[in-house]
Amino acid sequence: MRTLVAIPAFNEARTVADVVREVREYRPDDTILVIDDGSHDATAQQAAAQDARVVHLPFNVGVGAAMRTAFLYAQRKGFDAVVQVDADGQHDPAGIKALVEGLRSASVVVGARGDSLSARGPRRWAMVILARALSRIVGVPLTDVTSGFRAADRRAIALYARDYPTEYLGDTVESLVMASRAGLRVAQVDVEMRPRQGGKASQGPFMSAAYLARAALALVVALSRSRRVGR
Amino acid sequence: MNRAYVVGVVAALLTSTFIVVLLRRGYLREKFAAFWLLVASALLILSLFPGILRWAAQVAGVEVPANLLFLLAAVLLLLVGVQLSYEVGRLDLRSQRLAEEVALLRAEVDEIQGRTDRDR
Repeated sequence: MRTLVAIPAFNEARTVADVVREVREYRPDDTILVIDDGSHDATAQQAAAQDARVVHLPFNVGVGAAMRTAFLYAQRKGFDAVVQVDADGQHDPAGIKALVEGLRSASVVVGARGDSLSARGPRRWAMVILARALSRIVGVPLTDVTSGFRAADRRAIALYARDYPTEYLGDTVESLVMASRAGLRVAQVDVEMRPRQGGKASQGPFMSAAYLARAALALVVALSRSRRVGR
Repeated sequence: MNRAYVVGVVAALLTSTFIVVLLRRGYLREKFAAFWLLVASALLILSLFPGILRWAAQVAGVEVPANLLFLLAAVLLLLVGVQLSYEVGRLDLRSQRLAEEVALLRAEVDEIQGRTDRDR
């Protein structure tokens, strides 16, 4: 199976080289594509120095659009699978194997943190509610729906190359709804995750409420969209 | 003729002139220009024949004719705002897609260039 490991990166010069090196260690036969999302730092050079293929987006378009670029690339080059790995080192490349194996019985495989949710308090409740709602829609129990560590097979690649959500939470939440509505099977496997090297998830009751509201909006929009995608 | 109506006529004429100038310089797309010219002509007609507004206010049950004008203006501006948001969203999506396409083409060029350099 020809697999493309896609690493969307925005100003991740500090970590991207390590991520590429580590992915190669675990997956020597896979093609590694770094999508430089208009970084202002040396992200692209760092990735190229590790012999990763690099595509340069001329300006920052967000994770969703960066991934759509990766899906387009995979489709045009005839890859069988795309695995998304974050450039901040949060995803342990050891988990790629499980994700790709999951593609045998599903078209989209989400890597979930094995130790369930690390968040606490209101944000945790928000994530649980979101996961429950999405599980019902997709018809498969999911616990970590906002995980960006995931794999897609040929059918999912074709779907996502045509139209991949670019709004906030769209690339994680809405994309699952899209896949399910297009008749693709979604599955979840447990993977290891490491603490993020930089940046902190927003906490606090107010931020959590805002998060849940935005997630709900993303869900409602996803559900109300017509099944025929593509614009 | 009331002084306020003179102001209305002048405003309508100025707007029309401005729109035509923008259109001639190519800054304004025709569909937007046509819309604003329509608004300007409506303003001109109402200024020249204030009776129309008084009659319309009576029919609509609005006591002060000017209030009907304000209401219509507010609704119109709301619609224009929504329309512009829609246009911006569409343009944003298109520029994103172009950016993706450019990125892929550049990668392709780099790859081909690398291959020919090695051949030399």
